[in-house]
Formats: sequence, structure tokens, C-alpha cells
Amino acid sequence: MGCGTSVATEIQGKKVETGDAAILIQRWYRRYVARLEMRRRYTWNIFQSIEYAGEQDQLQLSSFFSFMLDNFTQLNGNGPDLISQLLDPVVDPWLDRDTCYNLIPVPESYTGPRLSFPLSISDTNALLSAFKEQQTLHARYVLQLLYETKKLLKQMPNIIHLSTSYTKEITICGDLHGRLDDLLLIFYKNGLPSAETPYVFNGDFVDRGKKSIEVVILLFAYLLLYPDYMHLNRGNHEDHIMNLRYGFTKEVMQKYKTHSREILQLFQDIFSLLPVATVIDGKILIVHGGISEQTDLDFLSSIERHKVKSALRFPRHSLEQLDISQSSRQTKIMRSTDSFCSSSSHSKNQKTPNLSRQDSATSTSSSSSSSSSSTSSLCSPRTPSCLSPRPSPSSLNVPYNINVLQVPFLDSLSSISVPSPPQHEREWKQIVDILWSDPKMQEGCSPNTFRGGGCYFGPDITQRLLLQHGLQLLIRSHECKQEGYELCHGGQVITIFSASNYYEEGSNRGAYIKVGRELVPRFYQYQVSRTTRRLTLTQRVRAAEGSALKALKEKLFSHRTELMAGFQQYDQNNTGTVSVSEWALVLEAGLRLDLPWRTLRPHLSRLAPDGSVEYQSCFEDMGPGIPLPQVTPNLADTLFRYRTDIEIIFNIIDKDHSGLISTEEFRNTWRLFSAHLGVDIDDRAIDDLARSIDFNKDGSIDFTEFLEAFRVVHKLDSKDQQFNGKTFQ
Amino acid sequence: MAESKQSAELTEVQKKIRATFEAFDYEFNNTVDVREIGTIIYALGCFPSQKDLHDFIAQVEEDHTGWIHLDKFLPAMTEVLLEHKFPPIPEDLVLQAFEVLDKEKKGYLDPEELTKYMTQEGEPFTQVEMDEMLTAHADHEKNCICYKDLISQLTIDPDL
Repeated sequence: MGCGTSVATEIQGKKVETGDAAILIQRWYRRYVARLEMRRRYTWNIFQSIEYAGEQDQLQLSSFFSFMLDNFTQLNGNGPDLISQLLDPVVDPWLDRDTCYNLIPVPESYTGPRLSFPLSISDTNALLSAFKEQQTLHARYVLQLLYETKKLLKQMPNIIHLSTSYTKEITICGDLHGRLDDLLLIFYKNGLPSAETPYVFNGDFVDRGKKSIEVVILLFAYLLLYPDYMHLNRGNHEDHIMNLRYGFTKEVMQKYKTHSREILQLFQDIFSLLPVATVIDGKILIVHGGISEQTDLDFLSSIERHKVKSALRFPRHSLEQLDISQSSRQTKIMRSTDSFCSSSSHSKNQKTPNLSRQDSATSTSSSSSSSSSSTSSLCSPRTPSCLSPRPSPSSLNVPYNINVLQVPFLDSLSSISVPSPPQHEREWKQIVDILWSDPKMQEGCSPNTFRGGGCYFGPDITQRLLLQHGLQLLIRSHECKQEGYELCHGGQVITIFSASNYYEEGSNRGAYIKVGRELVPRFYQYQVSRTTRRLTLTQRVRAAEGSALKALKEKLFSHRTELMAGFQQYDQNNTGTVSVSEWALVLEAGLRLDLPWRTLRPHLSRLAPDGSVEYQSCFEDMGPGIPLPQVTPNLADTLFRYRTDIEIIFNIIDKDHSGLISTEEFRNTWRLFSAHLGVDIDDRAIDDLARSIDFNKDGSIDFTEFLEAFRVVHKLDSKDQQFNGKTFQ
Repeated sequence: MAESKQSAELTEVQKKIRATFEAFDYEFNNTVDVREIGTIIYALGCFPSQKDLHDFIAQVEEDHTGWIHLDKFLPAMTEVLLEHKFPPIPEDLVLQAFEVLDKEKKGYLDPEELTKYMTQEGEPFTQVEMDEMLTAHADHEKNCICYKDLISQLTIDPDL
């Protein structure tokens, strides 16, 4: 096995010193830990890849809404519907009148907090206790709180300047993402907001976690109580379009069935009114995402921040600069690729085996295949990798024969009849850069194609900005970090992230920073835990890995048709197997997730005796939630994949929150969605589908039940074991 | 035919190295942080000593930048694997090593004993490493480390 230098030969048969024995054990144990470490890393990769791929899917949804607006302004025929309201709100005068919330009666039976304005400490304490006991604040108080918050925020500048000389230390927290437990833990460890304990919360209060409403209500309550000691920065998730996809909108609609519309409207305004930056002692800059080479704090102070309602609403007149001819050339290139692809478009036109590793910064999941993106000066939210032919309203029934990728965001907007609020392009970019950018090790500034918005900024960019404004440190959030915080750019940039266990129990710690007059940051870490005993690395890795692999398998399952087609291309003889390399290639191309597929292979599929992969085994231990209605595989996959999006759309259409929509609405929505996606599904299939799920034959569809069929279940998961009586291996 | 077998082996080895390397390449530019190299090498099934590791890093690091590029790592690591330079340790040897430490031949070690050896002898553990070993693998009821069980626990860990 080895040659002379190995320790092993010294031990064999000889009397050994304890030192040698110790070394042996240490090395052997370290190997185990190293492998655990490796599993933890790729588990992390999986979560991050899926997360970012999901964020790109978001742009799909927003472009779909634009598309709907374009073609179907009133789905219900009874006045402006929620979708247009959500996308381009006409300022509802009712909401500005201070009596709007007074009209809402609060029943005697309500036992939650009854707030009185202006708020006092007893109100905030009442909120804390109520939320700890899982109570919901009554809509009337929510509206009043939001209304007051909006009034307060309107008076604030874009950049807040703080000083440590009047206070002790300032505490800076990162992303919370609706994790109430983490917020409560921070308050418990560090103290409630007060004159002695001022706070800066650096954005992303909502989405993903289940208690976004409670988190944001607490933050706003303290803001109202102590406007001088509580400071909130806007994050990229303080954006109504992001909220549609990432759970906040849904949470509001579920918890506030009657008043969700008004509540969401107010949130939309408030989010765009949040300040975008905080500066401490003129030395420490705090923003949610990062910076770009165009970032200029003086300019940033001067713009009207509330006009940038969403990063995903691109300023109108920039679209005229879009090079349409370029895009149509790309359409032809895309035509030859295989069928339906998800929205996280890749450099499909460079489909080579070694694609995944690229040296340039514009790598991984998002493509910058159009050269217009690199030459143009604007940092567009999406580089249009291809455009589908513009569908004419009358041809909605015609299935698309061309296999195209999604209609990118920009294309839909170019035809929008509802005008977006006029915004200067530069202003929009200033804000988006602040909210979306990520630091990178390489010098320079390049479009953040991974996220689809903002930039990657290098140490030189940081250095330049700090020098320009006499700053010494940039604190930002936006990225989940294992230890809750991370330094980069030679210590000039700190990332702070406050949602522990973000991906999974044990996946990461949360942290906050305290900084005093000497301006030296100190880090405090924590981790919310279900158990009191500290989890070992092994347990944490196992839990996180299990969860990541489950999520990954679901992705595989929801792309099944496409992947099987890919495998079969390599398996002309129908052996049911392909080589490991071929297997990895198909997954890489089909899922567009940059992951170590060969390393993951043992967890995802079986090997045949000859060392090749039995590709069917990828899909074996998963199935649908309830018996599937008769659908074509293609349609099934699409439903699995876009289940969340479809659910959101249904929820929006279902104005009275009955859980039912009419068959007609279902049909129209579905047709639009699939036309938009470019999925080749004919009308009959949709009609059959609608009929088959209208179980009562009364013309209405219980979409919750329908969607249940398209929830991927894991057969071997004890929670999911109701599997239709089928036996599983 | 020996040649093609050799080159097939070579390709497989290189693929494995690449795959492991890539798991740590966060910037997707074929570089990894030098601090990860130990983990990568361990993950490839090798057992360098601290000195071996230092020498290897000196060979492949880009001029003390703190980064290691795949271009240098790949040939160096290929050589390590093909020549079995840092061979792994078989279970029975680990068992013997534990038995050497178990002077009273109890069949187990007390946490204090193990801590003493691991943190004071050989290539000492850090506090974090020691805590992890104790928390993960000590039998909390009996308050001891049954090393036979430990060995079998850690080796049935699924191979990547």
C-alpha cells in the first residue's frame, strides 16, 4: 500500500510510544472530520444553489404578472383586480385617511394586544408576549401601526447618520427572514431596544420564515416607540414582488383573510420608504447588499427612494435601448436545445461538458450569453438570454411549436400598457446595487448574474468607496454565513447574518455586531435550537445534508421528463444505464445547478454491477402527494416545478379566500401561464385537467386539493407515507 | 493494454480530484483557499502529517497569496494518489493504537485519559476538536469512550 514513510509500518508488531499511537488516532479522526466537513460544504452548496435558482424563478413570476396585465387586465371582470393593484398600485385615497383603521371593528372576543398610539413600552411588551404565545395582532392594529410607520418613514432621509457619542454601543443585526425565535433570542441576549441599547437592522426582515409579520410588526413598533434608537435599512426582500414568491404575501393573506389587500398595500409603500443606508460616526457604512463602482453616497442621499418600489420593476425608458435584433438571433440558437427549461437560464448556447467551471465572474447559473449585457452600462436585472416571439392576444390557444426558454422580464415590460412610475435609470441602479450586490475576491465590478441584480464588487471597489467618503468599514448582510458573520476585503467588509439555522436545523449560526466609540466591531453568535443539548458536528451535518438532499431530489423529480429524455439520448440500447460522467452531464444540463454531482451520486442514484448508473433510480423514492389526475408527463413536471408560483396565483385570484376558483378562471390562468412559459400543452389537456379536478362538477375547483397532487412526497419519509396504497421498496 | 489501463486509471483519479476540489471552489474560478487544502486531501483518502501538508502547500500555493489553483494542485495531487504517498490507516492499526493508550487494558478510555493523550501528545488536538470527539462519541451514561465501537461507527460512514 504505501512506501516507507508511513507511520503504519512503524507500529506493526513493534512496541510503540504513546506519542506514535496518539498521532495515528489523531490523523485517523481528522480524516473523519475532514470528510464531514466536505459533506457540510456540498450540503451548503446545494442549499445556496437552489436558493439562488429560486430567486431567479422569481423574475419569471413577475414577468408573468406583467404578461397577464398586458393581455388580461381584469381576470374577473369586476374592477381592477389584485394583480394590477399589486403591480401598479393606484394610491388608494382611503388608505391615506387616518380613519381607515378606525372603521374596522375589534370584537370583544379578541384577546390579543390592543395598541394605543402613540405607542408606549407596555404596548411593545404586550406585542412581545402575544407573539411568544402565537397570537395574531388584529388587522385594525396592524393597519394603524403600518399607517403610523409610513408617516414616520416619510420624514426620514435616505441615509441615516448615527453617532456613538450619545449612546453606548450600537448593535447591528443582519437578515432575519421571518425568524421570530432569532429576534427574540437577540433581544434576550442583548436587551430590548432602548436608549442604552440602540439597534440597526440591516434588511430582509420578511420572506422565507413563517413569522415575517410578527418580526416586522415588532421592528416597526420599536421604531415608532424609539425612532432615535431603532434604525431599519431596506433589504432586497423588502419588495412586494419578491414577497409574492418568497412567502410574505402568502403569510399575510393567510393570517389576514379580510384585510390582506390593504395590509399588503401599506407594506409595499413602507418598504420603499425604508432608508437604504446607515452611517455610524461618518466611518461605518451599513447597507443590505453592497456597492458598485457607481455607488455615490451623495447622489444616493438625493434621490427619491420611494419611487423604486421594486428592484424587479425596471425603469421604462431603458427598455428602448434593448437590442431586440440581438435577442432574436439568440432565439434561433436556443431552438435546437431540448424542451422545457426552467427560468434560471444558463449559457445554453455554450453547452460543452466543462461548462460548469468558468473562470470569469459571470459564471454558474445565470447566463450572460448576450453580449449586450456586458457592453451596456446598466446593470439590468436579467440579461435576456433569449426572447420568445411575442404572443398575440388572439393566439392564446395556439400551442407553441418552438421550444423556447422563458419570456424574460424585460421583454414583457416593453409592451406594458400600464405605465410604471417614471424613474431615472441611474437612481434605480443606485438603489438596486445597494440592495443586491455581493462582495467578491476578484478586483473590479461586474454584473451579478447569479442573482440577476446588483453587482459583484471587488476589494478595489470597496477601497475606493471607503476612501472617497472617508469611511473605514462596510457592514452588509444578504448572504448566509456558516458562523453568522464573515470578513472579507482585508477586513474592510463584514457580512452579518442573523437568521440561524437558515437552511436547516444546525446549518449555521446567527450573529450580531456591537460597536462602540472606538469603532471596533465585536461579534456575538447564537443558534436557536429545538433541543437543549448542543448538536455535534455529525448530527448537524446529517440533518442539514438530509434536508438538502431532499430538496435536491425534489428538483430532480420535477424535471423528470426532461432528464429522462436526456438519459435516453445516451442510452440508445435501452439498457437503463449510463456512465457516471454521462449521468452528471445530463443533470448539469437539465437542472442548471452547479453542484458536485459525482460526489452526490451515491445519494441520488444506484449503480449497476458494472459501475454504471441506473438512471431510473433517481426518481424511485418519490411520488405525488395524492393520486395524480390524468396528465401528460410534461404537464405534470411543470406543475411540480411551479407549484408554489401557481399557488400564489390561485390565491390572488381567489379574492374571497374560499379556497375555490371557477373552472373558467382556472382554465384561463393555466393557459396563460403555460403559454408564457412556452410549454407545449394543448387546450384539451387543460380542459381535461380542469374537468377531472372539479370533483363536485359544480364549476369550481378546490385548488388546495389540486395542488396537493403536485406536492412531491418522499416515499421513505415517515411523514409522507400515505402513498395511495402502493407498496414501495 | 497496460498503457490504456493506466491512462483510464489516471483519468478516474483526476476526475475524483477535480470533483473534490470543486466542492471548495466557491468563486468558481478553479482556486481554493489554502486553508481548505488539508480537508481536500483528507477527503481524497490521504493521511498527510502536518509536515507533509506544509510541504505540499509550499509546492502548490500561488506565491503566498493564500490561494491554490487547480493547475498546480491537479498534477501534485495526482502524483500523491498514484504513488500512495500518504496512505490511510487500516482499522486494526487504529485499534492497536487505542490499545496502546489503554494501559490498564480496560477496553475503554476515560474522557480525561483520552483528552490528555489527544491534547498533549503527537499532533495535539485543539479544544474544539477535543470537544467534538467527546461530545459525539463518548458514551454519556457510562462516561467512557469505547474505542471499538468508535472505530466501527466512524468507518461505516458512507464513502463519498
